[in-house]
Parts: sequence; C-alpha cells; structure tokens
Amino acid sequence: MDLFPLWNSLRIAAISALLVFLLGVAAARWVSKAPRGLKAALDVLFTLPLVLPPTVVGYLLILLLGPEHALGAALLRLFGAKILMRWWAAVLAVSVVVFPLMYRTARGAFESFNEDLADAGRTLGLSDAYIFWHIRMPVCRPGIAAGLVLAFARALGEYGATSMVVGFIPGRTATVATQVAFLWQNQGYTEAGRRALLFWICINVAISAAVLVTVNLLERRSPRHGS
Amino acid sequence: MALEVQIEKRLGAFRLELAFRTQRELLALLGASGSGKSVTLRCIAGLLRPDRGRIVLNGRVLFDSEARIDLPPQQRRVGYLFQNDALFPHKTLLENLELGLHAKPKAQRRALAEQWLARFRLSELAGSLPAALSGGERQRAALARTLAAEPEALLLDEPFSALDEYLKWQLELELAQTLEQYGGDAILVTHSRDEVCRLAKRVCVLNRGRSEPLRSTGELMTAPGTLGAALLSGCKNVSPVTLLPGGGLRCEAWGWELPALPLPEGLTHVGIRAHSLRPGPGPISLDCRVERVIDNVFSDIIMLRAPGPGLLRMETPRGAVGGCRTLRVHVEPGEILLLTGGEAP
Repeated sequence: MDLFPLWNSLRIAAISALLVFLLGVAAARWVSKAPRGLKAALDVLFTLPLVLPPTVVGYLLILLLGPEHALGAALLRLFGAKILMRWWAAVLAVSVVVFPLMYRTARGAFESFNEDLADAGRTLGLSDAYIFWHIRMPVCRPGIAAGLVLAFARALGEYGATSMVVGFIPGRTATVATQVAFLWQNQGYTEAGRRALLFWICINVAISAAVLVTVNLLERRSPRHGS
Repeated sequence: MALEVQIEKRLGAFRLELAFRTQRELLALLGASGSGKSVTLRCIAGLLRPDRGRIVLNGRVLFDSEARIDLPPQQRRVGYLFQNDALFPHKTLLENLELGLHAKPKAQRRALAEQWLARFRLSELAGSLPAALSGGERQRAALARTLAAEPEALLLDEPFSALDEYLKWQLELELAQTLEQYGGDAILVTHSRDEVCRLAKRVCVLNRGRSEPLRSTGELMTAPGTLGAALLSGCKNVSPVTLLPGGGLRCEAWGWELPALPLPEGLTHVGIRAHSLRPGPGPISLDCRVERVIDNVFSDIIMLRAPGPGLLRMETPRGAVGGCRTLRVHVEPGEILLLTGGEAP
C-alpha cells in the first residue's frame, strides 16, 4: 500500500498548524486589545473561514493565486513556478480554513486571563515582554494548546479547499481525505477498493481519536487561573 | 516623604476629581462601591492614565499632564496589593517572591526570597503553587511579594474583602504590624468604617467621584460634615431638614423638631447614630412606637416608628428596653450630626 497520502497529510497539517499557531496567537492578542468597534469587525473577518464552505475558500485562493491575478503573477515570477497544484499550495488552503479554530480558542484564553496578573507584574517592575512570554502565555497555555491541537486535527481532515487548490495527483498532492474520495469514486465497487477505503478510514479515525484525547487531557490539566 | 495626588479622570459618565497629600502615614480612602477608589489607586500606580493632574511621590514626579510626564508602572516604585492576591498561578511561592526581587542581583534573589517568606511564616510553603494555599496565606504571600520590591508607596486595594471573617482579622493584625515597620506612605482603599478606624489615623472620603478634605478618623465619627461621609461612617439615621422660623430644625423623616443649634452653611440633613439614641426623657426627645426589637447577639436593635414617615434605629445593651409598646427617646445636642451636601429636601 502506498502511504504517500498519510505522509503528505501529516506534513501539510504540521506546517499549517505551526503557521496558524503563530498567526492565530498574534491575531488573538491583537484583537483582545483592540477597541470595541475594530474588535467586532476583525472578529468577523478572522472567523469567516470557519463558516464559509471550504470550496468557497478554495476558489477564492485560486482567484488570488492563479497567474491571472497580480499576486499569483508576482509569485510566479518570484519562484518561477506555479503555486497551484503543488503540495505546498495545500498548506495555504488548509491554513486559511483552520485559522479560525486557533484564533478563537486563543482569543478565549486571552480574554479570560486575569489582567490583575499583568498589572501586578508591571508594578513589580517586570517588562511587558517578560509579562507576555512568562506570565500571560503560560497561564493561557492550556487554551492555546487545545486550539493548536484542534487546528492540527482539522488540518489533517481538510478536503474541500485542498481538492480545489491542488486536486488529486497520486504521489504528489494526494492526502488522506482526497485519497478516500478518490477511492470511493473510482474503486468503491471493487473488493480491493473497499479494503483500501477501510484501511484509510481506520487510520483517520485513529488519528482523530488520539487528537481528541490529547485535547481532553490538556483541558483537565489546566491550572487554576488567578481567581 | 509624601505622596501628592491631584487628578481628574473621566470614565464614561463617571467623573473622578480627587486631591490629597499624605505625610508618611497610612491614609484610608473610604468610599462606597463605584465611588472611584480603585480607579484612584490604578492612576497612582500608572495602570490607568488620568486626564489631567499631577502625582508626586517623595519629590519624584510620576505624572504631570502639563509637563507631559507619565512614568510607566515599572519605574514608579509603587507597590500594589490586589483584592485577589494576583499571585502568578504557574509559579511557586518562592518563584513569585523572586519575581518581586528581580531588580536585585541574581545571586541574592533566592536568599532574599527565603527571608521574606520566613518573615511572613510561609517558609514551609515555598515550593507550593498558589492554588494549594488558603486565602489568608495567599494574601500574605502577595503582601510579602509587594514589599520585597521595596516600593516607596504601598497601595492596598480592599486587601481583606475576599477573606473569611476570622482570616480577615488575622491578616489585619499582620498588616498593621507590617505597616509600622514599613515607614513609607500607604493608601488603604476600603468601604469598611471599622477597618479605617483601626488601621488609619487620617481618612479621605470619596463621594461619587469627588474627594473631601482629609480629616482624622476621630473627626469622621464625631463630625462627618457631609451626608455621604456620615453614611460611610456608619450613621444609621439620617433625615432631610427644613429650617423653622424660630431658628429650630424640623427633621422631615421623623417629624422631630430640634431646638436652635449653631447651623453650618448649606445644611441639608441631620444624622443621629443608633447608639446616640437613648431611652428616657431629655431636653431633645421624641415619643415613638416600638416597631420591632431585633436580637443583635450582644445588643438589641430597636426599630422605632416616629411620627414622621421614616423609622429610627436605636441600639441598646441587651434587655435595656423591656416589652413596652411606646418609648420616649432622647439625644444629646452634641451628638446630632449636622450635614451638608445632600439633595435639598
């Protein structure tokens, strides 16, 4: 059995999760400090990919990154290669789709943070950077970690946007999700096809279950916030 | 050695206007909830920026709106004790203390932190996380951490409010002792008259965002001067008054006419403390119906129906007033509190 889809899914999910972790935490911190009007607008913008159909996200990316669009053309010139239909284009698509998961859980963690802790740090003379990295982030860590794991899990299973942006090229862009769809559409009626489908479904369920167990463990371990 | 504060701050519809000057003492800031006490402390610590004014600590300008000086909290050397300890929950007590000592050379921090914990009888808990401690221990640790940073002024934001009655008293004793050794300026924010009297010699009353002139705690009790201060000082009976042609006063709430007294300008109310009302006849007396006798453990609270629409509250030793239905009560002229600053009747 060719395990390329599993390996490809894992690398796409891992890179997207890392990217989304950095951007999502930064966006969450920024929005949690923003004035009320701006906050509401940014919140809608950052959450939109969660409620849009992934195919719509995929199509918007195609418009943006295709050679007809200025951005796509610039990237084409810069890298000398087309973005779409490459495995790393899937990283972009998946990142956009899972960004809201990371952003919203991190924002929730930041907003339930007891600001007295930061104020106490400031009156004790600790720098704002120290307070962010050594007080705010560790205290918010359970929420942020749960967001990261959820984002990773969702990234592993992303189908709609991925299939729009990179299609299904065996050995090049195939992921677990697109592999399952391909098998069902083309070999679902053969015994071998059904066995292959079952194999991929078992892998999928096992990974997802492991992720959810991790999330639950993280939430149970969360230390008491300063009341 | 003094903390000079003169600030204005607008927060939505709320307006804070406040001025006081401490003289190497513990000053109490007494106000009802929502009167701007915490806002005041946050402005002094640099956690909130006043719209206008000046804050000077021991000759060092912390804030001056005209000179555009606004030191960050890190440079103010002002300690802040929060209502809920604000210990860092992911750090042990020892690590919390070390963070308070971060201005010291690294090699000394551990030993100093251990000394501070020992001084507050917390040595055995040095390795515990704050969540494993009782409320009293946490607040003691927070006080130790605040003092370890060697602040020039100490701000105490209702430090007892989250504690049980018994722990409150323990911590209050401890705090009183600590402050005697501290020697800098401290401001205690509270809405408890009892804490004010026990801990401070002078008090600043904050009445709906406006500060009244500083006075001694004794004066707050004997001559509060304004309606707001009288209520905060625990006066249970207040009534709007109208002046009578002969120079006397009529208390509208109780239908009680008082003889001519030396009246302050702008008098609007009088107050009579519950224990200033005594049974029996006297030069200033009133016939009342006994509405209710409430057992207050070591005293009786007697609610009296006066001829006017309001009730009078009297406090007597237990059993001092028998089962009578009517009662004549009197008050000494010197114990009638003459108050300004209320709404006109």
